Amino acid sequence: MTLWKRFLSNRGALIGLAILIAVIAVALLAPVMFPRGPWAMVQRPFLVPFTNEDLPLGTDTLGRDVLAGLVYGARVSLLVGLVSTVMALLIGVPLGALAGFYGKWVDEGAMRFTEFFQTIPNFALAIVLVAILEPTLTSITIAIAIVSWPPVARLVRAEVMSVTKREYVDAARLAGLSNMHILVRQVLPNTVSPIIVMASLMVATAILLESSLSFLGLGDPNIMSWGFQIGAARTVIRSAWWLSFFPGVAIVLTVLALNLIGEGLNDALNPHLARKGRS
Amino acid sequence: MTIVGPILSRLFKAAITLLAIAILNFFLVHAAPGDPATVLAGEAGAADEQMIADLKARFGLDQPFHVQLARYVGNIVTLDLGYSFRQGQPVLDLILDRLPATLILTLTAFWISLIAGVALGVAASARVGKFTDTLITSVALLFYATPLYWAALMAVLVFSVQLGWLPGFGYETVGSGFSGLARAWDILKHLILPALTLGLFFMAVYMRMTRASMLEVAQQDFVKTARAKGLAPAVIRRRHILRNALLPVVTLAGLQAGQLVGGAVLTETVFAWPGIGRLMFESLAARDYNTILGVFLVSAAMVIVFNILTDIVYRLIDPRIGHRA
Repeated sequence: MTLWKRFLSNRGALIGLAILIAVIAVALLAPVMFPRGPWAMVQRPFLVPFTNEDLPLGTDTLGRDVLAGLVYGARVSLLVGLVSTVMALLIGVPLGALAGFYGKWVDEGAMRFTEFFQTIPNFALAIVLVAILEPTLTSITIAIAIVSWPPVARLVRAEVMSVTKREYVDAARLAGLSNMHILVRQVLPNTVSPIIVMASLMVATAILLESSLSFLGLGDPNIMSWGFQIGAARTVIRSAWWLSFFPGVAIVLTVLALNLIGEGLNDALNPHLARKGRS
Repeated sequence: MTIVGPILSRLFKAAITLLAIAILNFFLVHAAPGDPATVLAGEAGAADEQMIADLKARFGLDQPFHVQLARYVGNIVTLDLGYSFRQGQPVLDLILDRLPATLILTLTAFWISLIAGVALGVAASARVGKFTDTLITSVALLFYATPLYWAALMAVLVFSVQLGWLPGFGYETVGSGFSGLARAWDILKHLILPALTLGLFFMAVYMRMTRASMLEVAQQDFVKTARAKGLAPAVIRRRHILRNALLPVVTLAGLQAGQLVGGAVLTETVFAWPGIGRLMFESLAARDYNTILGVFLVSAAMVIVFNILTDIVYRLIDPRIGHRA
């Protein structure tokens, strides 16, 4: 349990965890809190925030409740962030593991492929993919996964390479275990902690990417999201600041929370490194 | 000398990468829902059969698949990026027209973020664990979590709408009739907010990197030697630590340049900056796939050129690299 204790002794990580739990709770409770959904017109348009008790954050250009939009937007952000990260791991981990474990031409080929995807401007590729595949929740998630996996592959490759050199791997070879068995059961479990750290930071980046795509009008048209709210309010920024302000705060808080958690995990999993970096 | 060989091989690699992107573009056009002909013409859902047949013949889509691919790639190699039916112009002309604005914006943002990031990183590492360090690190963490476009909108709100200090829209004052220095000053004023907000995120990245790198180099033996010689801490920091700590930061900065070009789509959209990012945004709404793919290819080319330039600078700064290669 020392890992958990180390994590909890980190104030930043604790704050991050508290914010994230709050966001998750809000996302789960959205239908209970706002049974009418985020698209219902509830009042006159451009209702200024803090003037109506029932609508604390005011209404948007079409008289929809800004707070209801925020609450439903949390669902999309978390869902896309999580699923696209899992997909990116499913591409990056096997590719990096095979490259690092087998080396030679496998490594060469896999790394050329990874380099190609790293050269392409990330966000531009995501835009092109979503624009051409039509914006739906699925295409957005896939596009984000496609642009996010290369760092995973590189990290796993480096970790696998260094673990494979250890003595217990030689011992496993002598014991006559198959390559697959050694890679999956002996090597990969020892690369898990840096992957977890990277994954938590990737969820944060994915949320930023999703909101940026929605901001450009590439969100799923049937789903309310934070990026969409800001994008729709872009042209009325001069008269209705709150329409873009509050969703932005929601994004910053959520992404900040995930980054804090990632750093906390990193410090907890590599206590030696953490101390060196601080002193 | 030693610099020519590696750069030729980089150029070769760059050509292969661009070719691969061209092929990727081709497959994307075919992956789009609807007929590729209507996709290319930006006429999805609005064309009758005769028109589709005409378009097919025009784009050579009645040919076998590999012929189409060869033709598409051949066009791109000869710098024919297709025709934007929405704008009534060849895509290449549209892009070349907008490219200078994007170059000005991204290069300014790049230098601002690199210089400010390195300076803040050095300042934080010099006072590790103290208030200054905590402040700089926290602000960087905040910038790191802020969406580019939202920072841009908030900057417009504060500095343009509320305070009225800087223009929040466009590239220059329309119809001002400025020329020479007055025009340059006008463009500069328009440039400040977009460049700052585009650079904010990257400033945070470079700051964190510089701080970590400075702390790591400070642990090395040659720094202890310098300290033992009795050199002043400021001199050690500048002449011994910083010079070595900068190398990984420059590498990262070169790699990150690609993200800067992508981020320009968002910044240019908010500020109505007439660059290729704004062109891409306009083409999205118009479903002008030819232009979208053209901008994509050109931005990838920009990244590659930038990486090669970084590589050259790097080899000139650090002669060890040439020897190792």
